[in-house]
Amino acid sequence: MIPLLLGVSLLTFLLMALSPGNYFTALQQNPQISQDTIKQLQAQFHLDKPWYVQYVFWLKNVFCGNFGYSMAYKISATSLIITRLWNTFVLSFTALIIAWGIAIPLGIWAAVRKDSWVDHTCSFFAFVGLSVPDVLLSLLAMWFAASTGWFPVGGRESPLHDFLTPAQQFWDHIHHLILPAIVLAASDLAGIMRRMRSCLLDTLRAEYVTAARARGLSEGWVIYKHALRNAINPLLTIFGYSLAGLLSGAFIVENIMAWPGLGRLTVEAFFAKDSYLVVDTVVMATALLVAGNFIADLLLAWSDPRIRLK
Amino acid sequence: METAEPIAITETPSASSPWRLFWRRLKPRKIALVGGVILIVLYSIAIVAGFIAPYRYDQIDDKAFFHPPVWPRFHGLHLVVPRYEQLPGDFNYQVVLSDTKPLHFFIHGDKYQFLGFIPCSIHLFGTGDGDYPVFLFGADQFGRDIFSRLLYGSQVSLSIGIVGILLSFSMGMIVGGMSGYFAGAADTITMRFCELIMSIPALYLIISLRNAFPPGMSSSQVYAMIIIILSFIGWASMARVIRGMSLSLREQQFILAASAIGQSHLKIIVRHILPNTFSYVIVAATLSVPYYILGEVVLSFLGVGIQEPQASWGLMLNAAQNTEYMQRFPWLLAPGAAIFITVLAFNFLGDGLRDAADTKQN
Amino acid sequence: MALLEIKNLKMDFGKNAAALRAIDGISLSIGAGETVCLVGESGCGKTVTALSIGRLVPSPPANYISGEILLDGRDVLKMQQKELQKIRGGVVSYIFQEPGAALNPVFRVGNQIKESLKLHRPEKATDEEVIRLLKLVGIPAAESRIRNYPFEMSGGMQQRVMIAMALASEPKLLVADEPTTALDVTIQAQILDLLRELKQRLGMAILLITHNLGIVGDMADRVAVMYAGQIVELAPARELLRRPLHPYTRALMNSVPKLAAGADRLSAIPGNVPRIGNFPPGCRFYPRCPSARPECANTAPELVEVEPGRWARCLYAKELTA
Repeated sequence: MIPLLLGVSLLTFLLMALSPGNYFTALQQNPQISQDTIKQLQAQFHLDKPWYVQYVFWLKNVFCGNFGYSMAYKISATSLIITRLWNTFVLSFTALIIAWGIAIPLGIWAAVRKDSWVDHTCSFFAFVGLSVPDVLLSLLAMWFAASTGWFPVGGRESPLHDFLTPAQQFWDHIHHLILPAIVLAASDLAGIMRRMRSCLLDTLRAEYVTAARARGLSEGWVIYKHALRNAINPLLTIFGYSLAGLLSGAFIVENIMAWPGLGRLTVEAFFAKDSYLVVDTVVMATALLVAGNFIADLLLAWSDPRIRLK
Repeated sequence: METAEPIAITETPSASSPWRLFWRRLKPRKIALVGGVILIVLYSIAIVAGFIAPYRYDQIDDKAFFHPPVWPRFHGLHLVVPRYEQLPGDFNYQVVLSDTKPLHFFIHGDKYQFLGFIPCSIHLFGTGDGDYPVFLFGADQFGRDIFSRLLYGSQVSLSIGIVGILLSFSMGMIVGGMSGYFAGAADTITMRFCELIMSIPALYLIISLRNAFPPGMSSSQVYAMIIIILSFIGWASMARVIRGMSLSLREQQFILAASAIGQSHLKIIVRHILPNTFSYVIVAATLSVPYYILGEVVLSFLGVGIQEPQASWGLMLNAAQNTEYMQRFPWLLAPGAAIFITVLAFNFLGDGLRDAADTKQN
Repeated sequence: MALLEIKNLKMDFGKNAAALRAIDGISLSIGAGETVCLVGESGCGKTVTALSIGRLVPSPPANYISGEILLDGRDVLKMQQKELQKIRGGVVSYIFQEPGAALNPVFRVGNQIKESLKLHRPEKATDEEVIRLLKLVGIPAAESRIRNYPFEMSGGMQQRVMIAMALASEPKLLVADEPTTALDVTIQAQILDLLRELKQRLGMAILLITHNLGIVGDMADRVAVMYAGQIVELAPARELLRRPLHPYTRALMNSVPKLAAGADRLSAIPGNVPRIGNFPPGCRFYPRCPSARPECANTAPELVEVEPGRWARCLYAKELTA
């Protein structure tokens, strides 16, 4: 995992170095940044040296938790990144719960009532849901929010947030979270539901299911205890990757619905020509993705006794 | 000892090529064919976009900002287009049904390049009168016909999908095929590199790559840049899969036979290994094109891809980001519907292809 | 009254025009404590017949056209779900061909057996009873085995576990669908010994499905030979093996290679088993029958009692054996 992140950071740094326009000269020309700050950054990051030297010092600083300085926000990049990272995580995790909470029961229902209207309707919506681009869905969600007024139109907090009581602040966050989380969950939901359905159908064809029935177990017991327990294994693989995918898929939702997460930060940094920040965010996002995959592997090992004991 | 009855000899069916078998499995899947037909229609329209579109993509009409959709009506047996009157206030329009102009077909209009290089000025339909615009899907914030821009945009968005796929999949197949065939240290390094690329979330990588290009570029440069960026992301996953297939294929006897008769490595890879991966590649390609199209859409939507005054579906959607405009002028979302239909069609087709190629299903 | 009575059972797969007749008028009875072997090549319908006894064939594709399956006097085909669940395990138990496939891979073996106990004999749902059952089927070190997962056991042991699971509910009829086909020869012998021993100790009836005539001689009281969805011969085991009446049975026995015979060619039955839906109009064995006569092509023979206790579905059974 570490070598991977090193490689990724090197690649991204290289890309940044390729970018025409110099971070350092941009810093110097920016009247809003004091000379002291510039001198300090120069000392820490060696901004006037060639890119490979810069990379080494960037690496050193990152290991000490110092991500540099954000030109656009004029605060330390570290705190900025951490806040945004947390926001992305909250959004993704909520979307994960929503997606799986709806998709698994629907998938089971569709499999158990195979070829019924339930099954066909679910398949249809799944297929359509898989094809609707996130961009369109986010825009429609914003439209929905604006038309009905039930939900705030983007953002994470209302303007008067700081004046609310802690309890109100909490609900304010939730209120802002719902719509983006639903939009983010929507595309994953379809895929998970289809997968659950097909995994359960496959398992129901297995001989141990017939054997379980033959022992006199009730149909419900057979499905929910025997079949499901096996059918869910491949889905646990997807679960971990699902979280990882949501973390990176949040990019579009964050940017359109103004959710202040890592994805939005990346685009903002790009437009502000804040190259170091772009590198930081990309590496952070990769770290998230890799961590998500790692959790997925752990989950799979835990759930399948064949892997665990062998 | 009783004599046995002669056994009836059943005829063996004539051998069919894998392609014919594949087609036979594909035909009953109606939904895949529907997808295929939709795509053929979309791409055909894109090719003759200039002809079908009544206006150029950059034709501004400053009397028609946010004009609502105009549909021809029947007046007896003829099609006529009513006039719209602009009311006081921001972008309000009222239809004046009594004042109409007939709709003509094959009419002279703005100049454009048919098929990209033949200068032409005949359009499929129009009124020929600037006061009676035919905005089938309304007009955008600069009074440009959305329908026309959709058509011109389709040229960009649809072609980027195909070209991007061709580029990245060719690269992926060659690199993957060679990597798996030769194995060893080069293989390991290549695969590590692929994993590296694959572990960066796609959209973040896109921004990163965009960062490496200068901000101001000509439209054709931007087009090439988008394709390069998207291909860079896509080839890695294809390379990995092909490498896996190549690795197992090279153990097979027909590869041994080929090298025994003296075929060069390159020839073996190209003539023997890669063709065996086609069934996978075609399915993967069809199912991946939507991601390329969406990649361009996101880039242009964020303002870092195709720039004004060019037309691209992503760029057009940007105008819809203003919720007030979206509510008042919902036709601004037309590009979203176009994207949706395209992606849906590719998914239909890809799903059907995948089922047809899956010989394990009965 | 017999424990199991199948009366003229007919079953299709699919409906209307696409229907394929998988079971075409099967009648069979099994008495308490009796062992009946159901013999035939693959595709003849023996597995579906056996599964029908517990109504385990999934019923949207399967369609029971007519006939009855009387288990302990009650028609299985007309039972409600609750009663069906009671007789499954309680009256009839199954063991399947692939021992590993019939055990749920993610649950421990002991728990799976206990599940059966909890359902049918709840007062005995204890570890001790599970251990007793495992010992009954000859599993060594049973106490430690109950915590094993199926993949931790060999094929032969998995099969024994499956038998233990089947016996846990104390059935009156054990249906064994090719229980030894997937096992090594030595293990096969052990499992068959086990079945014989259990039959004697517990007095249960066994319906043994096999395509191996060797097993028939070993285990069966009576034999039913199936071909293309129908029973073509029914007789006490020893009599059938000594003097088969139906040409198909004879051909089956001839095709078993014999060490002493010294023939240089294996004698196989020419042609192929007809696929369902493609049955010839008259006798279904006609195209492959070495004793065929012209009338056989058009007249479908009935299963008749050619001699006391000996049934055959052949127009010329009596003459051929005279």
